[in-house]
Amino acid sequence: MLQKKSTEILVGLFVALGIGALFMLAMKVSNLADFSDERGYQVTAQFQNTGGLKVRSPVTMAGVRVGRVAAIELDPITYNAKVTINMHPQFDNIPADTSASIFTAGLLGEQYISLDAGADDFYLQDGDELMLTQSALVLEQVIGQFLYSVAEGN
Amino acid sequence: MPLIKIRDLHFYRGDRAIFNGVDIDIDRGKVTAIMGPSGTGKTTLLRLIGGQLRPDQGYIEIDGQNVHKLSRSKLYELRKRMGMLFQSGALLTDLNVFDNVAFPLREHTKLPEPLIRDLVLMKLQAVGLRNARKLSPSELSGGMARRVALARAVALDPMMIMYDEPFTGQDPISMGTLVNLIRRINDAMGLTSIVVSHDVAEASQIADEIYLLSGGKVIEKGTPEELKKSSSQWVRQFMDGLPDGPVPFHYPGSEFDVDLLQSEHES
Amino acid sequence: MIGFIRSLGRWGLGTLERLGRGHIFLMHTLAGLPGLFLRPALVIQQLFSLGVLSVLIVLISGLFVGMVLGLQGYNTLVDFGAEESLGVLVSLSLVRELGPVVTALLFAGRAGSALTAEVGLMKSTEQLSGMEMMAVDPVRRVIAPRFLAGFISMPLLAAMFSAIGVIGAFIVGHGLLGVDEGAFWSQMQTKTDWYGDVMNGVIKSIVFGFVVTWIALYEGYDATPTSEGVGRATTRTVVHSAFAILGLDFVLTALMFGDI
Repeated sequence: MLQKKSTEILVGLFVALGIGALFMLAMKVSNLADFSDERGYQVTAQFQNTGGLKVRSPVTMAGVRVGRVAAIELDPITYNAKVTINMHPQFDNIPADTSASIFTAGLLGEQYISLDAGADDFYLQDGDELMLTQSALVLEQVIGQFLYSVAEGN
Repeated sequence: MPLIKIRDLHFYRGDRAIFNGVDIDIDRGKVTAIMGPSGTGKTTLLRLIGGQLRPDQGYIEIDGQNVHKLSRSKLYELRKRMGMLFQSGALLTDLNVFDNVAFPLREHTKLPEPLIRDLVLMKLQAVGLRNARKLSPSELSGGMARRVALARAVALDPMMIMYDEPFTGQDPISMGTLVNLIRRINDAMGLTSIVVSHDVAEASQIADEIYLLSGGKVIEKGTPEELKKSSSQWVRQFMDGLPDGPVPFHYPGSEFDVDLLQSEHES
Repeated sequence: MIGFIRSLGRWGLGTLERLGRGHIFLMHTLAGLPGLFLRPALVIQQLFSLGVLSVLIVLISGLFVGMVLGLQGYNTLVDFGAEESLGVLVSLSLVRELGPVVTALLFAGRAGSALTAEVGLMKSTEQLSGMEMMAVDPVRRVIAPRFLAGFISMPLLAAMFSAIGVIGAFIVGHGLLGVDEGAFWSQMQTKTDWYGDVMNGVIKSIVFGFVVTWIALYEGYDATPTSEGVGRATTRTVVHSAFAILGLDFVLTALMFGDI
């Protein structure tokens, strides 16, 4: 009987250890902790070019993450990219005339959306669209323009 | 009416016929010995009776039921009423002696644990191993393992019990114990016993009836006394253990002098 | 030539037959699983011998694999000035690939071979036959609890492997090589996705656990009941499990991460 008990305890320990490891993977290793799936609200923004923006790319305001990209689609009428953003629920007082730009973290880093707060008295609601947008800088275009201007300068 | 009725039994392993038309009747309450040289399929016969193998022709009836026509659950019901003692004992190595004997009770009944304990102790007492109940199977001698297996086989109070070579490889003392036990348990519990063996002396000591099998057929049947008096040469050879006779000493093939005259590298 | 074709055909038929028997065996085993809810003690016993006894080897291997990853990753990344990404490199390699795959290989070697040997031995000592004659279905009584226990143990072991591997990499990266602690964890957290990476790894480990346990039990159950036969079955378990793990890993990776 005693031996049976200790077997059960060890098995319990084993399962606990396994679940603990999964918990650690969830909280410490992966992004489950800071990305709670609790639904905030969604806003959309149209960009002429999203560059390397991806679904789940971060959306920040003054460097603080306030949401994530939920979807990127092509608008069939304007032929612009329509980006849907999942905003965290605690950021519910963002002015409606806020502008969105696609930036690159570092020279070769991944791309993210940066929001610049406006001054409107109304706050963003679920389903609103951000009107002021600035597309991604495409490195090739920038270099091309630079070379062009250098050539013209000569 | 006999408990077990075997009629026109044919069984093949590949192209080789193990049984070629065997008829056997096993009477209730008696110890029947099935004997024959090694390789005559005596163990196969037990497996056929237990429904683990299917005959290619013929049928086996136990208590009026055709074993191989039963559904799986009916067959399992039938097996609960059959005990079988394997040559090795087939004790479960991860359980101790007590739990081994309790195994069929725990699997098939919902008896409370104290009652199971009493039943197991009774069965172990009957085979004289009540005080060995804490040992694990690896600590038992071959004879003791068979006695535990016997206690387990009778745990559910079956109507019949089959012994597969119970005497092989036993020292004289445990052999005597087993011979005694098989007879005593058969009579005390009103069982029907089938003993498969090639140990002539022991089998004829306890059997009420003996079947001699060879070459897939029943060669002879009768009480031990009848067989001892049999005039058949084959029976004489088997019962008296003669080296040569109808079963030749030499493996069949070409003659010795023919082989000698041939060169080494023949094909 | 005819002889060759004939032997090829015989081999093909034999393989098909084994495959068929293996699947019938699996169906039979799965049918025995619901009955286990009434007898959890059987499963707990097997969780002990399959899971608990494999923990040590998995933890030690995981720690060292993580440490090696930390070292190798650092040496490669430092050339690009990207040593802060060490955490990402380590966590993604462990969680997506090495955790499930290496754990499954270890599990096949430690628990799978033990399962085959145990079941094969039970067969060769007529214990399975004996159960059948006692009207106890050996598949339900012996195979099903082992199968369930293997199935449960594998993902837990793989999670342990990945977790301790990350810790090992952190020890080497931060303690020995001086990667910034904050960068290590935060980069890891940003780039490792719970659903896309961790969960996919868990799914892989569940699949591997299923397959390895199945192979091990089937090889034992189908072994030639001699000591030589059991030995050969044990070898086959390890070899076939390794093939199955690596082959399935490719298929699963293609399904989960690739755009094939």
